[in-house]
Amino acid sequence: MTDILNALVLLSNFVLIPALSYGAQLALGALGVTLIYAVLRFSNFAHGDTMAFGTMATILVTWWLQSQGVGLGPLPTALIALPVGILAAVGLVLLTDRWVYRFYRSKRSDPVIFVISSVGVMFIYNALTRFFIGTSDQRFEDGERFVIRVNDFKALTGLDQGLALRTSQVITVIVMLVTVAFVFWFLQKTRTGKAMRAYSDNEDLALLSGINPDRVVMITWVLAAALATIAGVLYGLDKSFRPFTYFQLLLPIFAAAIVGGIGQPLGAIAGGFIIAFSEVMVTYAYKGVVSLVVPEDMAPEGLLQLLSTDYKFAVSFIILVVVLLVRPTGIFKGKIV
Amino acid sequence: MSPLVRGAVLYAVMAVLILAVGWFQSWTVALTILNFGLISAIMALGVNIQWGYAGLFNVGIMGFAALGGVAAVLVSVPQVEGAWGAGGVNLGLAALSVVGTLGLTLFVRGRVSRRFRGPATLLTIFAGYVVMRLFLDPASDAIEAVNPSAAGYLGGLNLPIVLSWPIGGLFAAGAAYIVGKIALGLRSDYLAIATLGISEIILAVLKNENWLTRGVKNVTGLPRPIPDERVLQETPWLIDLAARFGADPVTGAAVVSRLGYAILFALVLLIVLWLAEKALRSPWGRMMRAIRDNRDAAEAMGKDVTARHLQVFVLGSAVVGIAGAMLVTIDGQFTPGSYNPLRFTFLIWVMVIVGGSGNNWGAVLGGFLIWYIWIMAEPAGTWLMDSLTDGMADGGWWRQHLLDAAPHLRLMFMGLILLLVLRFAPRGLIPEARGR
Repeated sequence: MTDILNALVLLSNFVLIPALSYGAQLALGALGVTLIYAVLRFSNFAHGDTMAFGTMATILVTWWLQSQGVGLGPLPTALIALPVGILAAVGLVLLTDRWVYRFYRSKRSDPVIFVISSVGVMFIYNALTRFFIGTSDQRFEDGERFVIRVNDFKALTGLDQGLALRTSQVITVIVMLVTVAFVFWFLQKTRTGKAMRAYSDNEDLALLSGINPDRVVMITWVLAAALATIAGVLYGLDKSFRPFTYFQLLLPIFAAAIVGGIGQPLGAIAGGFIIAFSEVMVTYAYKGVVSLVVPEDMAPEGLLQLLSTDYKFAVSFIILVVVLLVRPTGIFKGKIV
Repeated sequence: MSPLVRGAVLYAVMAVLILAVGWFQSWTVALTILNFGLISAIMALGVNIQWGYAGLFNVGIMGFAALGGVAAVLVSVPQVEGAWGAGGVNLGLAALSVVGTLGLTLFVRGRVSRRFRGPATLLTIFAGYVVMRLFLDPASDAIEAVNPSAAGYLGGLNLPIVLSWPIGGLFAAGAAYIVGKIALGLRSDYLAIATLGISEIILAVLKNENWLTRGVKNVTGLPRPIPDERVLQETPWLIDLAARFGADPVTGAAVVSRLGYAILFALVLLIVLWLAEKALRSPWGRMMRAIRDNRDAAEAMGKDVTARHLQVFVLGSAVVGIAGAMLVTIDGQFTPGSYNPLRFTFLIWVMVIVGGSGNNWGAVLGGFLIWYIWIMAEPAGTWLMDSLTDGMADGGWWRQHLLDAAPHLRLMFMGLILLLVLRFAPRGLIPEARGR
């Protein structure tokens, strides 16, 4: 019995909890991508670098606050800096929309033109981020690192396996829940949110009923930039900040958005968790867990790892491919071709 | 100005730009720029075939180029002694289990009722994967244990490296076929995302499957199609030639060897360009443009749009693969760690958009021009920062930071060029000729 409990604890420590917080981060990222898609109708390739830019602004403010001796006690200082980071990212994307995307919108260009210009925008964001903070790894987590430490957990429960719960993981899940609740409330209950959904469903009809398209687009960008920054800061707190990693997050984020059904906010959240759990579960080595559960003489020799962690991108890609083959609209029936 | 004159003038300007580097800086540098410009031009041609002819947005150019690079390794390096003996049998069995899984999957899918088809397929593939790993893991361990400091991989076929260029094209075409089969026929964005994914995965495989490519330990010292510079330096005819031009043999050898590459690459470029132009002016090319400009009308005329898209996607990727093999050839080494999407995917896109989407001559010009700017932007950025920060205190933190950040300016510059051209001159430097 204790063996099974031990195995469960081991599994929670290395699979469930990390996947839960990673999934929350992906879900927030995918929510931003899907909102842009629903309203502006293109896949924003600059989203990963928007995340990086907002996170970078947050980190710079965090450093300044730290140097002033301001802090939140046990919580990371980055939480105070987060609103400033969001403002910076919002300002950046609104300027970008004004200078880049608005022109193509007025011309009603092909979606692929938007995608290509988002690639150009990605170059520029990328350069801006690297210009300010460089290319190397940055850690900016401070305050109390753990909610539950391995040793405390062992002493508390008397089990052999320990469970660590990091502050950043708890914060990630709480912030994600609050943010998602806010976004859904906004989309369902407020006038602007309803206007956004109407615009997304049928642009012409929405225009006829007097919805101001510029306002809808602006609010969408604000939401997307805020979501991107929050996702980026949470990811950075949980792991670390490196501009190139954020560019690479683009693939799991897109995969999450498509799996859930692109353009569907609920789908983006589900997709984020599906991708995160598959990625962590497929790349985890189950040797320890299995050895605890089966009799000793049957303990496995190999690592029992399906894919090495170097291939974690392959997981999102394979899920993406399966969805494209089996159900291109995604789980929640996204926008059709 | 007629399009022909405009093109000629632009090409002349490009030539002058490269010659100026030779004149004011050094001929070796100028020839290096020319060689990489030629490779870039071929890559840009491949992308132009996809984007300009058919409007397909491929964000995985890096992956296809890297596949070409693998071909260069697998074709040219000598076999590693004992590696096949160590892991050959298991490797063969692993390959067999892949084939067996595929066959079994097809068999199972035919036999199982519709409801259970999905789960049954997944289960079969999963079982097949586990069996393959049972053979692959010991094979890979055994191969990597063979002389790990110098080899630790299978090695290649020991054939002339030039052969790897068409083979690299085939590799890339194969990968493109699989991606295209999955993602074409859906939304245009899906192809972009799928190609982005496949290129990351190709790179991950090349970095981690050490038995195949040595991974990040790199394969260096690939055989060269042109005699090595250090050998050339000592050949009598070259010393004689260099003396006649009043140059020292070291520079002479560098120039002659680079010229040799330039001739080889130019030959490939001309062949690809000739074929691409032929195709563009053929009924097939007109059909592709019809599909690009009005997909629905073309479909109504009975054209199989998805199949044509797949065809053009495979062809374009093959050209990129060829260029990728050439790139590894001139580098003389295969370094999976050096592939970066900004340099290998998005830079090529800037070339095509700036040069003129849909026009092969434009794409080639774009390849030369953007490569030139890319190379020149780094010293220019440093110089700019240096003069801008001249007034600041020497050794100050800000000045040092700005100087360190200068190399990132060229990314910014490329992004700006892309956006500006896309907005103000969407047809590029040499626009596509309409109404042929």
